[in-house]
Amino acid sequence: MGRLVCDKVTKVYGKGATALDKVSFNVPASGIFALIGRNGAGKTTLVRILTTELMLSSGKATIDGVDVTNDPSTIRDMVAIVPQEARLLMWTTPKQFILAYLLYRGYGYKEAVERAAEAVKRVKIEKFADKQSQHLSGGTKRKALVAAVIAAEAKILFLDEPTTGLDPISRGELWAMLNQLKKDHFIFLTTHYLEEAERLADMIGIIEDGKLLAIGTLDNLRKKVKHEYSVRILQKGINVRLREGEVVTGLDGHRQILTTEREANRISQGLIKRGIRFSSSPISLEEIFYYLTKKSIDIADEEKEGNGGWQ
Amino acid sequence: MKRRRAMAVGNKRKSISSQILASILVSAIYPMQNFPIMLINAMLAPFSFLLVITFISHGTLLGVAIIGALVMTTVSAGMALQADLSHFKNDIRLQDMVVSSPTSAIVYIIGMGLSELIYFLPNIIILAILAVIFMNLTATAVLTIAVVMTIMFIFSITLSFMLSTLTVDIIQSWAFTNMVSTLLSTLPPVYYPITYIPMPWRYLAYLSPTTYAAQLAQSAAGFIALSPTNILADWVILVVVAIVMLIIGVKRTRWREP
Ligand SMILES: Nc1ncnc2c1ncn2[C@@H]1O[C@H](COP(=O)(O)OP(=O)(O)OP(=O)(O)O)[C@@H](O)[C@H]1O
Ligand SMILES: [Mg+2]
Repeated sequence: MGRLVCDKVTKVYGKGATALDKVSFNVPASGIFALIGRNGAGKTTLVRILTTELMLSSGKATIDGVDVTNDPSTIRDMVAIVPQEARLLMWTTPKQFILAYLLYRGYGYKEAVERAAEAVKRVKIEKFADKQSQHLSGGTKRKALVAAVIAAEAKILFLDEPTTGLDPISRGELWAMLNQLKKDHFIFLTTHYLEEAERLADMIGIIEDGKLLAIGTLDNLRKKVKHEYSVRILQKGINVRLREGEVVTGLDGHRQILTTEREANRISQGLIKRGIRFSSSPISLEEIFYYLTKKSIDIADEEKEGNGGWQ
Repeated sequence: MKRRRAMAVGNKRKSISSQILASILVSAIYPMQNFPIMLINAMLAPFSFLLVITFISHGTLLGVAIIGALVMTTVSAGMALQADLSHFKNDIRLQDMVVSSPTSAIVYIIGMGLSELIYFLPNIIILAILAVIFMNLTATAVLTIAVVMTIMFIFSITLSFMLSTLTVDIIQSWAFTNMVSTLLSTLPPVYYPITYIPMPWRYLAYLSPTTYAAQLAQSAAGFIALSPTNILADWVILVVVAIVMLIIGVKRTRWREP
């Protein structure tokens, strides 16, 4: 399989908003690549550039050696996308929508009908396959969209927040499906669920304000953070003397020690002896994400933003 | 090179007729199946004018109005497309999925155009029957009317497609629809002869391509007398305007967003 290469990809929207700023990376076009980043970081913009919906302002992007800017028709044979805001047509059934999409991809009618029938089974929505989408739940509609691109037989799938709005079981099912698909597909997904990226992705990219902060396997990313291990103390009022590392208040309000693996082991031993409840693990993607984007959840700030009229 | 093919596999037998059918399904067949009222709505617009003009003129303008309604049907069909296209592009992002698929802009718009014709086909058939009953059209007249209708259809479809790709939501699209509707259907004398418009105002009508189409159709049917030079001039203007629209359309339509 080839590679996905971005070389200083920059996007400046009409009124001067820079959505991507010299994004460069080079990853294998195989397995699952997850792009994470806050709202407005530039994920959708990058996805739309790579799927030839949007022109880049400067730089170059290639998928398996094919230039996205100059050779869109070859790219369009290779990729299929579920856009972030895609919806089913109100008056179509999932089967009809999938059928239409497959026809757009150029399948003959008969084959498209068969593929559509297969696709609804694959995402387990047979029960709703012939119901008009206006009567379906948001998650079912989302699954139908995913089914359409999976049925398309493109080798490269772009899924822009595919699991938003799915219940935990459906999400798990979709994950299992993606894990199956990745054997012979390249899946580029964006997500706000860091657990999803952690579980699924072979490669993870973190983007913030249009700049790529880090990219690599989860292990690679851990090395980008000063500390590789985290010990969470699950009881209040416990003091620990540290040789190296730092103590912070974790995202869940517990006291958390960020340090090296060796020091974490030493502290753990001590905590066990003292009979204190704790958990110890390699630093999670969530912790890496906050560390790299240098943001903390500041609830007060968010509330300020949300105070609009009509309240 | 072997590797290249590994990723580009997918579906090799791309069928353009499938791609055209896809547009006809999503934009005509499925909605009609589920919401037949749309069809009635599409039929009403040109007819209401036909009736009003016929009543007001005590029947004397029936023939002109029938021809006008025929021309207006294709113009309306093209204009109606804009709202659909804007919906597919901005509301449900179907167009994004199509842009990034093997379907090209031209194939997409041909399918969408045909689906709009399907809506208006009953209209055209009924009007054609009325024309046969109430009018005495020569073969040349029939041919002229058909060609004029086709040109106006291509013109309004191209304009609709271009405008729809410039919009970011349906509200913007409505603004365009109103402007286009004034230009293509309110301004020009479609249901009555242009001589009914008092003089300085008549020049205003000449701003609309529909005026030339209507004049050609009306003169072919014998309702107005045009000199050969006038007829030639009308044809030239109509064809040139349509070609210019096509060129602008091809250049300005944002299939892939800039
Ligand atoms: N069509 C557009 N015109 C102008 N600016 C845009 C446009 N689309 C996006 N932007 C801006 O570009 C930046 C990146 O947006 P983008 O949609 O790529 O973010 P994202 O990472 O996908 O966010 P989210 O997680 O909310 O989906 C944002 O600042 C956004 O306001
Ligand atoms: Mg997005």
